Amino acid sequence: MLVSSRLVTRSRLLLWGGCLALALALPLIFRSSFLISLLCQMGIMVVFSLSYNMLLGQTGLLSFGHAVYYGLGAFATMHTLNALGKDGGPLVVALLPAVGACAGLAGGVVLGYVTTRKAGTTFAMITLGIGELVAACSLMFPGVFGGEGGVSGNRVIGKESFLGFNWGPQVEMYGLIVMWAFVCTVAMFALTQTPLGRMANAVRDNPERAEFVGYDTERVRLLMVILSGMFAGAAGGLTALNYEIVTAETLNAHTSGVVLLMTFVGGIGFFYGPIIGAILITVMQIVVGGMTHAWLLYFGLFFLFMVLKAPGGIASLIAVQRNLWNAGLFGRMLPHYLAMMLPVLILLAGLVGVVELSYALLAGDGVGAGDTATRVLGMQLKLGTPAPWVTALAVTGAGMILTRWIGGRAGTAWNSTLATLHGDKA
Amino acid sequence: MSAPAIRLQGLKKSFGASEIIRGVDLDIHRGERHAIIGPNGAGKSTLFHLISARLPVSAGTIELKGANVVGLKPFEITRKGLSRSFQITNIFHNLSVFENLRCAVLWSLGYRYSFWQRLAGLTDARQRAEAVMEDIGLGKRRDTPAGILSYAEQRALEIGITIASGADVILLDEPTAGMSNSETEEAVALIRRVTEGKTLVMVEHDMGVVFGLADRISVLVYGQVIATDTPAAIRCNAAVQEAYLGTSVSHE
Repeated sequence: MLVSSRLVTRSRLLLWGGCLALALALPLIFRSSFLISLLCQMGIMVVFSLSYNMLLGQTGLLSFGHAVYYGLGAFATMHTLNALGKDGGPLVVALLPAVGACAGLAGGVVLGYVTTRKAGTTFAMITLGIGELVAACSLMFPGVFGGEGGVSGNRVIGKESFLGFNWGPQVEMYGLIVMWAFVCTVAMFALTQTPLGRMANAVRDNPERAEFVGYDTERVRLLMVILSGMFAGAAGGLTALNYEIVTAETLNAHTSGVVLLMTFVGGIGFFYGPIIGAILITVMQIVVGGMTHAWLLYFGLFFLFMVLKAPGGIASLIAVQRNLWNAGLFGRMLPHYLAMMLPVLILLAGLVGVVELSYALLAGDGVGAGDTATRVLGMQLKLGTPAPWVTALAVTGAGMILTRWIGGRAGTAWNSTLATLHGDKA
Repeated sequence: MSAPAIRLQGLKKSFGASEIIRGVDLDIHRGERHAIIGPNGAGKSTLFHLISARLPVSAGTIELKGANVVGLKPFEITRKGLSRSFQITNIFHNLSVFENLRCAVLWSLGYRYSFWQRLAGLTDARQRAEAVMEDIGLGKRRDTPAGILSYAEQRALEIGITIASGADVILLDEPTAGMSNSETEEAVALIRRVTEGKTLVMVEHDMGVVFGLADRISVLVYGQVIATDTPAAIRCNAAVQEAYLGTSVSHE
């Protein structure tokens, strides 16, 4: 018993250490400033969505206003940074996200008191209302929230450096984000292993029973909202330092929506789910968003697909594959996965074609509708002619038929494999 | 001597215009096994809900070990040493058997809302949860999510969660409902074992269980206790036979 728990501890330490080392080493591989900015954004979102999952996945609280804590943390950090002026130094700047965490925590105390009286739909509605309220306030008090322009600052204070860092170069900022993200992630994981963390799960599963084993469910929810607000505030603090500007958008409903989607897509039932979701959605947001204006439409389609086909998120898909692997059944499914790749790619290509053509026609700058050639997917196409449309629709149709056909066989194999897996267990 | 485990005086409960509990006076002694029987709709479950504060009382008083507990919240009553089970299984479905039981012992061991202690390091919580797990015969199901246990196993877990906190007043609401004969026998043995030295109040429909287990029986009819006595005396009570056992016996 002791030996095995020591082994678990050791392998867990290795895993955490490995992740930290990998995160710190990434800039050696991805050297371009674009990629380093991308990595920075990922690190911040990992903390933000993990903090969100403390509510959604662990306590069963669906919040539509989580960006409030994130935004409060960001503004508090930015104002503190500006107030420091010449008095601060790089070490003080490095510790500033703690100010954001305190602001998030304070926000959690005040707003949590109002929101956690009820769970379920009532909680969701109240968070939506409070989110709107705070977003409206942010535009009413331009002195604090900077109005339309936001509040900006400079994270490089003074001439000295701390251990050779002054956080000016983006890569140094990335290092700072990794350290904070690591500390926050470890802390949030540790929380899941404590009495409060476990009772949050109990309250999620069955609040009535939790009361009848002696726990005040309102108190459990309140504490989880406060702690979750604290970590969201730390993420907000990082975003303030990273972009050196904070606008009212950081605390509005759109930001709250994005963190919900990230967390859900990643998988709310697993601790690491939100990490996957944050990384994936950030990449999509920045890479796909940079390539096409129709990014939100793709994001919406992707989210729909996940909700309908994999409600447990990507983490649950990984977990199933790992179960298959452990049972020695992964080899049975692998050929089917490979066979599915081609039809799915064809289907995606066709869909992308249809979406891009429609987007160019409807949302373009008005020149696409005629015979004039418009650039779509890097090709000069005439939107007024049938040729590009027929091609795109034909590819989509072919993709659908192939996916159906090959997917049907894969589905049969999947069902029988799952049956074997569960049969073996029982 | 000491005050009774539970004392009900003039207890009433109305839902709108209809009065479900119509003035119940009842003393439940410390350390006795007390069964509450009565026809369907007599208000047995409602009575349990009142005692355990799941429902607010309309009138009257409830004393737990001499202290008035009317108006307290469920978790406050639980902390005073009263623990209950439910007629419809009420467990933490996504948590394992072991985690279910550990959740049930945390408060009584004083861990409250701690987020600075590791669960894995709480030896006393682990040992107590494991002891209860063995007691209820679910040792082999330690890591199984409670939601996929068999019905009888879930009922056993329900009792396990109820007793795990070490409460000295236990309320069991139809612990053997829906069980086969052999399962019922096991459940009765389990209840007898785990409530040793404690005060047990139970609502039960199975007369075999009631007469085998109870020291005293109260008969609840239309929201009033018409008799409280030993099983032998209840069996001979004319009013009870007329109101309850007569119809029940003729049905079976």
